[in-house]
Amino acid sequence: MAKSEEIIPIIKKKTIEALLEKNTRIDGRKLDEYREISVEFNVIEKAEGSAIVNIGNTMVIAGVKSVLGKPFSDTPDEGVLIVNTELIPLASPTFEPGPPGEDDIEIARVVDRGIRSAKVVDLKKLCIVPGKSVWALYIDIYALNHDGNLMDASGLAAYCALLCTKIPKHSVENETIKILEEKEDLPIQHEAIPVTFAKIGEKIVVDPCYEEELIMDARLTISFNEEGKICAIQKGGRGMFTADEIMYCAELGRKISREISEKIRRMLENAQST
Amino acid sequence: MKEKPVLLNEEGLRVDGRKLDELRPIEIKVGVLKNADGSAYIVQGKNKIMVAVYGPRELHPRHLSLPDRAVLRCRYHMAPFSVPERKSPAPSRREVELSKVIRQALEPALFLEMFPRTSIDVFIEVLQADGGTRCASITAAAVALADAGIPMRDLVAAVAVGKIDGKIALDLNHLEDQYGEADIPVAMMPGLNQITLLQADGLITIEELKEALELAKSGIMQIYKKQKEALKSKYIGSGEELG
Repeated sequence: MAKSEEIIPIIKKKTIEALLEKNTRIDGRKLDEYREISVEFNVIEKAEGSAIVNIGNTMVIAGVKSVLGKPFSDTPDEGVLIVNTELIPLASPTFEPGPPGEDDIEIARVVDRGIRSAKVVDLKKLCIVPGKSVWALYIDIYALNHDGNLMDASGLAAYCALLCTKIPKHSVENETIKILEEKEDLPIQHEAIPVTFAKIGEKIVVDPCYEEELIMDARLTISFNEEGKICAIQKGGRGMFTADEIMYCAELGRKISREISEKIRRMLENAQST
Repeated sequence: MKEKPVLLNEEGLRVDGRKLDELRPIEIKVGVLKNADGSAYIVQGKNKIMVAVYGPRELHPRHLSLPDRAVLRCRYHMAPFSVPERKSPAPSRREVELSKVIRQALEPALFLEMFPRTSIDVFIEVLQADGGTRCASITAAAVALADAGIPMRDLVAAVAVGKIDGKIALDLNHLEDQYGEADIPVAMMPGLNQITLLQADGLITIEELKEALELAKSGIMQIYKKQKEALKSKYIGSGEELG
């Protein structure tokens, strides 16, 4: 995807900055307030797992497909995990068609790092015949509506899709692999929840909306596992942070990641009980 | 994966004999490429990286230029022979991401608004890679930008810190990166005390992140000194040659 020029009127920029001085935001939120999150699980029956995540008006869908494949030579006894993100022109007037650009690739790689570092999926359990045959999980993330913070929406969509993924059972006889009709849950063992901050002037806000992203100086994404340990960090944007600002984001992010985790857990329970 | 090697021996020394807070030997040469407006060559441990800066110059295609500032473009590329198994010369997804984060690490240091409608191009060629190449690239690129005479708020210096066998260590080499528990590249404008690049993978606690940032800063201050020495040795010289 290429991006056409994004323009924000100076008067709007000044309004956002003036509001931030009073510790409030263009959409009425507090600086440390995340938007409403909703998740729809298993929206795509033909995928092994899927989820649509809404953060305010930002909407992202992730689908998981599993295929039998060969393991990487340096990890012969582990399944394969591949994350791909596409910021398609459907999601924003500023997105242009074309192959994934650096923004798409950055999101995919940061989501991948979080899921991999936190060991969300027990990849060893996806090994069928060591060195020969393993499950390859493709997580494909598509932006549907861009109103800021596609990073967290993508990360949450990927994580939620994995939570409800079911892959076929298999049997192995004389090195022939038989895929069975019956399905089982993915071996999920940990969490990876990203929380993104934007720095605008001297102020730091969580979960930036589109207009805030247009004027932000820098961005910081920190992902957390269920113990509150950091599993991925990515600084973005043309600006900079002090060490104190980073530690502030880490502390606040840890707290917010626990709240998001709890919300996701409840929404998954609701989805599974109906 | 092969068996994890011991990264810290009983005396607390690392696989290459360094202490936890010790950098690899660093050598920076300035102005090594005649065609470029600015250039630098860095050897950091086994990393060997060449950086050229062209610009400010007219930007092609024209429509990409900005009316109020220069466009900073950055290409991080690894030579096929830079790693044990030949790497395809086509840019990988990793190289696309690193080009972006390196650009954003350098951009805060530049007064781009002084050169509207132009481009400043930073070309990074990793000739040999042994862990921490994005950081060594940033260190060298900042020196090459200064060599090109581009006005800067400060140099940018970078180093990766990480966690090996449970301990926070400075300037990971490839083996430590591969088998360690976490890798945290950090770039700073040392004089201004601002962080311009921060990434992490692996698992660390918030307390460990704090420790890592402090250790990174101490390494960055040493690298900053090397950068300034390298620039001075080109522009000030020993004095004797001029005599």
